[in-house]
Amino acid sequence: MQELIARAKELLADGTVARVIGWKAGDLPYNPEPAYFEKEEDFDDFVYNSFCGANLSKLMIEACKLEGKTLVCLKPCDTYSFNQLLTEHRVDRDKAYIIGVGCKGKLDIERIKKQGIKGIKSIKGAEITDDAETLTIDTLYGEKTCAFKDAMLERCHVCKGKEHKIYDEIIGESKDTKDAERFAEVEKIEAMSPEEKFAFFQKELSKCIRCNACRNACPACSCRKCVFDSTKFDSQQKANVDSFEEKMFHIIRAFHVAGRCTDCGECSRVCPQGIPLHLFNRKFIKDIDELYGEYQAGEEVVERGPLTSYTFEDAEPGIVAERG
Amino acid sequence: MQRIGVFVCHCGSNIAATVDVKKVAEWALKEPGVVHAEDYPYMCSEAGQSKIQAAIKEKNLTGVVVCSCSPRMHETTFREAAERAGINPYMVEIANIREHCSWIHKDMEEATKKAVILMRAAVAKVNLNTPLKPGESRVTKRALVIGGGIAGIQTALDIAEAGYKVDIVEKTPSIGGRMSQLDKTFPTLDCSACILTPKMVEVNKHENVNIYTYSEVEKVSGFVGDFTVDIRKKARSVDMDKCTGCGVCQEKCPSKKTPSEFNRALNTRTAIYTPFAQAIPNVPVIDREACIKFKTGKCGICEKVCQAGAIKYDQEDEIITEKYGAIVVATGFDMIKLDNYDEYAYSQSKDVITSLELERIMNAAGPTKGHLERLSDGKAPKEMVFIQCVGSRCSDDRGKSYCSKICCMYTAKHAMLIRDKYPDVNVTVFYIDVRTPGKNFDEFYRRAVEDYGVNYIKGQVGKVIPQPDGKLLVRGVDLIDNKQILKEADMVVLAAAIEPNKDVRKIATMLTASIDTNNFLTEAHAKLRPVESPTAGIFLSGVCQGPKDIPETVSQAGAAAVKAIGLLAKDKLMTNPCTAKPDELMCNGCSQCANVCPYGAISYEVKEINDHGVRETRRVASVNSALCQGCGACTVTCPSGAMDLQGFSNRQILAEVDAICR
Repeated sequence: MQELIARAKELLADGTVARVIGWKAGDLPYNPEPAYFEKEEDFDDFVYNSFCGANLSKLMIEACKLEGKTLVCLKPCDTYSFNQLLTEHRVDRDKAYIIGVGCKGKLDIERIKKQGIKGIKSIKGAEITDDAETLTIDTLYGEKTCAFKDAMLERCHVCKGKEHKIYDEIIGESKDTKDAERFAEVEKIEAMSPEEKFAFFQKELSKCIRCNACRNACPACSCRKCVFDSTKFDSQQKANVDSFEEKMFHIIRAFHVAGRCTDCGECSRVCPQGIPLHLFNRKFIKDIDELYGEYQAGEEVVERGPLTSYTFEDAEPGIVAERG
Repeated sequence: MQRIGVFVCHCGSNIAATVDVKKVAEWALKEPGVVHAEDYPYMCSEAGQSKIQAAIKEKNLTGVVVCSCSPRMHETTFREAAERAGINPYMVEIANIREHCSWIHKDMEEATKKAVILMRAAVAKVNLNTPLKPGESRVTKRALVIGGGIAGIQTALDIAEAGYKVDIVEKTPSIGGRMSQLDKTFPTLDCSACILTPKMVEVNKHENVNIYTYSEVEKVSGFVGDFTVDIRKKARSVDMDKCTGCGVCQEKCPSKKTPSEFNRALNTRTAIYTPFAQAIPNVPVIDREACIKFKTGKCGICEKVCQAGAIKYDQEDEIITEKYGAIVVATGFDMIKLDNYDEYAYSQSKDVITSLELERIMNAAGPTKGHLERLSDGKAPKEMVFIQCVGSRCSDDRGKSYCSKICCMYTAKHAMLIRDKYPDVNVTVFYIDVRTPGKNFDEFYRRAVEDYGVNYIKGQVGKVIPQPDGKLLVRGVDLIDNKQILKEADMVVLAAAIEPNKDVRKIATMLTASIDTNNFLTEAHAKLRPVESPTAGIFLSGVCQGPKDIPETVSQAGAAAVKAIGLLAKDKLMTNPCTAKPDELMCNGCSQCANVCPYGAISYEVKEINDHGVRETRRVASVNSALCQGCGACTVTCPSGAMDLQGFSNRQILAEVDAICR
């Protein structure tokens, strides 16, 4: 972290960049938040640890409109989102200075709390320099421990790899934390009967409070004017008055990001209700892989994705319909 | 608020017998915006149109809904009528209460209910309609004909004779198509080459015709009157300007083992070859997969023997880009593969052949020099059996559901020719039905039976069993005598079904022309527009549209030419104003719409946008309305809903859906 701060300060001082987008410490030991850093003293709050799950690539859409370059810290998986934004002409590569920051898996405080660990005062082992396999947590009720793996975000268990797909320089080491099958959960749902599926999603989506956190965090949800905010459509700011509308929002969102979603997992990470929203997107990704060949959005800057290109080998609609 | 008039047509009894038209008009008056409603027996008649025009003037109507037949039938009629009465033609909508309602329902109450719902949807849409103005586009005075068989040749000649430039693109090294493979033609028995080759020569030397052989259409963009087409001229490896067609290269070529496509693989050809002696152009091509020089780098004999120095091993494919006003598809047909019909032993015995193979055997330039013989041992056959409808008129998915139309006649021809030339050969034909409609066709068939003694048996063949002595045991059934038949034959000829050329799917996709489940191109109207594709500017010639014989193909080729000429004769075309239009304030600039646009109508520009006081330089979509065909692919792809289709806006469509669900 110190190396990162030093380098950021240096680039600010020599005028290479006009600002830095990173994370600053929150009020609790586990809730750092994305922030802009423009002056040397801003860096007092700068933090980069295993709780810095937030994907900062989306912030570059606005940052690219500002004067000068912006330094952005991107983890390996965040670089996929940045590439996808480049594909869609939403960010300007020339306005970005990308520091690929090392990542050894990010933590999910909810998973720690679920293990009955409450009243957290501080957490040791979450610093990025560590190779700690265990977190030591100082709580109001004494010291508790928890395996790092057991506290990891869902997305880190299906890590896309330790490689940064786009960067100007890399600071820190990364680790591939994959220890689960990416589509295992999707397959489980696919095996359900239609009634079971409906019940599953009904149960999950009924928790939704329409706070829009998923949409606001999602790098693919980058429309200037979201259809849910626009007066042009009847979908504007619909509150969830019935179970249909609960589902409508999430299903429309899944369709809108289909073929563009990099599976960064921000939707599920930010959901205050703990809805596994990534499952929708991952089902689409699985279908695209199967119907149009393996495709990872954001792996590189491409002209056309599988859903916006046509080849004579494409699956016929009948095949898609048969699959259900 | 619109002032809408609703006009309900009886269509004689077509609609009125199933839909209570008075009730539809009554209900219409309760819809928002509707100030006038009436019904009339024939809305499309002069009197009916006058009623609409009178109501527009008297009631100051701003919009019109006609509840009648399909908009494909009379939308233009009613729009023009409304325009003459002073309102914008795009303020007229059709509620299709005939095809979508009266014709498919029996119960009056239900049908009336549905007609009311369809009327409501149209009214809901008109309430949101805005006047639209068509633009103009130019017409390139040049036609493209895809396929150089008899259909393509005839179409090209007719267009050229009318004074317009025509290009023919032919996939194989020579024009001529299937007809060039035939020996004699029914019902006159004149030799196919004698009537075809003069036409090939004529089209080749016509000053308005340009022929690209060994070439394929690679990409099509644009629209009616203004198509841009990329043609891939495959490397011939022979300089067409230098080659004199002397044929020495073919004589000397040491690679002689490639199955001859022209002779249906019954014999072989050299690696450098012209498909047949009368080929046009008379310039060979090198089959690079068979050529020793290309495979091993050694050989080069053709180059050495060519006096003209025409051999060009380093020739590369060439892409020619040309503009056309009209495109005629004449891609023709092939015989189906017989994999699904192994009971006829086609793959097991050399003496079981298809009818097209028999044509080659009977032809003087064919693999047996025109001598009828068994391909297995070269012996003259004594017993020949013809099996009809192999893969045609098939009720399951093994073959084709349709009748291939030409087989009854060519089989009668084959039978007659064999009996004429080899009177000692017995000919038996197994048939389901003999179908011989056409001028002098039935007389022809009867001649085969009555004068030439061909033995016709109504019934199907279950199995052909090759015997150890080389004979073929045919096990069939005689339905008239109601008995099983076991017959030993020396040769069996299968009248295999014909199917559209396999490349037609690719071509149809490029042209956005629709095809049916059998891969035949669909016509704009089965009866009234049989040579036009529903896609404007695309015309259909020959078997690509459906099975037909030579006279029918030639007449259709002429008809397609006339339609193309009618288009080329125009200087300007009105363009459809129902095109896509982006809302620049909402556009993300993400390029997804441009990626899905099949017409290349969307580009992006970087410009300053004033978004409610915020000035920003943004990348936004821009639609070329001359190129846009209004397909709507962009509107459904746009994640923010910035793209909308004029005349079919998202709001209008949702209003229709809401009205239907109300």
